[in-house]
Amino acid sequence: MEGSAAPGTGSRGSTGGRWEEILRRADSERPTVEDAALLLREAPLFALGRAADRVRRSLHPDGAVAYIVDRNINYTNICVCGCSFCAFFRDPSAPDAYVLSGEALSKKIEETLSLGGTQVLLQGGLHPDWGIEEAERLVRAVKRYPIRLHGFSPPEVWHFANRSGLTIREVIVRLVAAGLDSIPGGGAEILDDEVRAKISPRKIGWEQWAAVMREAHRQGLRTSATMMFGSVEAPESIARHLLRVRDLQDRTGGFASFIPWTFQPGNTALSGDPGFGESALAGFGHAVGYLRVLAVSRLLIPNIRTVQVSWVTMGAKVAQLGLFFGANDFGSTMIEENVVASAGVAFRMSEEEIVATIRDAGFQPLKREGPPCST
Amino acid sequence: MEAALRTIRDKVHAGHRLSEEDALALFRTRDILLVGEMADFANRRKNGDRVYFIVNRHINPTNICVNRCQFCAFSKTQGEPLAYTMTMEEILRRAEEASLQKATELHIVGGLHPDLPFDFYLLTLRTLRERFPEMHLQAFTAVEIDYFSRIAGLTLDEVLHQLKEAGLGSLPGGGAEIFDPEVRNRICPEKISGDRWLEVMEAVHAAGLRSNATMLYGHVETLESRVDHMRRLRELQDRTGGFQSFIPLAFHPKNTQIAKGDTTGLEDLLSLAVGRLYLDNFAHIKSFWIMVGPKLAQVSLHFGVNDIDGTVVEEKITHAAGAQAGQEMTVSELVTMIRQAGRVPVERDTVYNVVREWPQWQA
Repeated sequence: MEGSAAPGTGSRGSTGGRWEEILRRADSERPTVEDAALLLREAPLFALGRAADRVRRSLHPDGAVAYIVDRNINYTNICVCGCSFCAFFRDPSAPDAYVLSGEALSKKIEETLSLGGTQVLLQGGLHPDWGIEEAERLVRAVKRYPIRLHGFSPPEVWHFANRSGLTIREVIVRLVAAGLDSIPGGGAEILDDEVRAKISPRKIGWEQWAAVMREAHRQGLRTSATMMFGSVEAPESIARHLLRVRDLQDRTGGFASFIPWTFQPGNTALSGDPGFGESALAGFGHAVGYLRVLAVSRLLIPNIRTVQVSWVTMGAKVAQLGLFFGANDFGSTMIEENVVASAGVAFRMSEEEIVATIRDAGFQPLKREGPPCST
Repeated sequence: MEAALRTIRDKVHAGHRLSEEDALALFRTRDILLVGEMADFANRRKNGDRVYFIVNRHINPTNICVNRCQFCAFSKTQGEPLAYTMTMEEILRRAEEASLQKATELHIVGGLHPDLPFDFYLLTLRTLRERFPEMHLQAFTAVEIDYFSRIAGLTLDEVLHQLKEAGLGSLPGGGAEIFDPEVRNRICPEKISGDRWLEVMEAVHAAGLRSNATMLYGHVETLESRVDHMRRLRELQDRTGGFQSFIPLAFHPKNTQIAKGDTTGLEDLLSLAVGRLYLDNFAHIKSFWIMVGPKLAQVSLHFGVNDIDGTVVEEKITHAAGAQAGQEMTVSELVTMIRQAGRVPVERDTVYNVVREWPQWQA
């Protein structure tokens, strides 16, 4: 093994076998941010895979890998946040700005039901005119149908509260009363305000994201947690994100799953930033980096039972391999996906393909109807 | 760990040759991390951290082919709407573009055209060599070589001698598919047999030309027939040493006559890793990013692969069968992808001379 410590090489550089010691202790004690970052940088790919696979197997000894048939519906692409990593948002005056009509929404839900779908994942931009009433109306429109509603990431919840002069608690109470079933963990990006200042300065900070999740959990809602990496963050920021999610889960127990994925640079302002190239080269926003981060996520967050692969950003092949790097959930058929697709990435998987891919890897496919359950 | 795998691991670490049973056990296991570790070990013992790529251009002069293999979405019968044959000018224009992009290789393979005479191929090589002496001409699969000998009424040795005189530098490894006659009868009944393919390659190597070897997997073949295929390659390589690289090719079902899903990531990685572990007399295992996609190609650098082919520029054969990858990767994209995997990018020429080596990534 050659000397210098390339990211992801697992070369035993200056720190000797320190990663080995950290890996060995990761089961029993919470690593520090520095140690977790060192794992990301230096532990060999297969050592990470093995350690993550061990955790996955102890949590899911039956070898089940779940997936869901659901649909992504993005009710609007108009957004006042304007994050530099996002290719989806539009200014209200843009020619292709939209707010989904009631008819279009109904049609999408009917299609979903006819395909055996059981859930709608509803997310949208932070529309300047949208407050709690608009959100409630949307929830009721969805819930006219017999379908689960997984909707409104923390930045949207925060936005509704702001617009309508309500507390987070009140917004969630009203959304639940209208029929909301659970909350997706989007908008987390990297839960480190230094990174957020660079890529999403107008989005809520990490503590506000956490506050929405704590309140949702307090009201008995299950949520997911996500992480978008591979933009400009250092490994320490990824480590901080993972440990913050772990700590939150220790307090609430409300996260049903953790879903990391990579930043998709196509058509984004960030990818045109001259500073981006260098950080992208050093970062984890590629297939090998994805597997490393997936494995470290599984290791660092043992208290969330489910870790999900992202075939939408990685494709079926690397996603399948992810099942050996700590993941136990294949996510959803999506039916429609707009956000990643705006960045020019268009992987597609049918339910049949998802099932065949899980089987081929030697796992048991299990169709779930909502968030991964706790049993 | 399964007992069979433990034995295999010991053999790999000791540098001992694997048996056909070992190869089969590797294909069957789902302990993919162990297979990866072993293949990575075997690869790095041979090649260190270096990963090769080439700046090249594919040219497919015609898609008209007297063979109509079931697995092929590229071939057309003469007179069909999408049938084409490039003129010499069209071939030269592509070569010119390649030359401007500092390509070191032209990769030329095509269908078995019913009317073009052997002289056309000789003339193509001569013209390209005269106009672009800096580019290596890697051309014609064993299937085309056999066809030339039939249409020209010449022996294999004579055909190869004349092609070499005209400028042929080396041969690619296509047309091997799966050697097993039973599989061949189902997927390419008109194509030369596996025996003949190997015979042509033996003559190629005897003529002092290097070649590659491929294996088309993920269609109707059994795991046993894959192992049989690799066994026969290893035997020939023991005799001639003329193969440079082994290139497993993932079958793409779209627009073909074989109903089958795409290969899975595991299937792709196993083919590459077993190639590395079983074919101990091959220096290079190549993952063709066009076939498996750039993401899996990058991951495969940890599964025994030390070559990700090249810039390609225009690819017709796999794209006709629905390949999703683009047709071109720039040098900078290839270099970045290799470095991000923690390896050292090396631009090579066709016969693995170093054209340029990038320094190891410094974090």
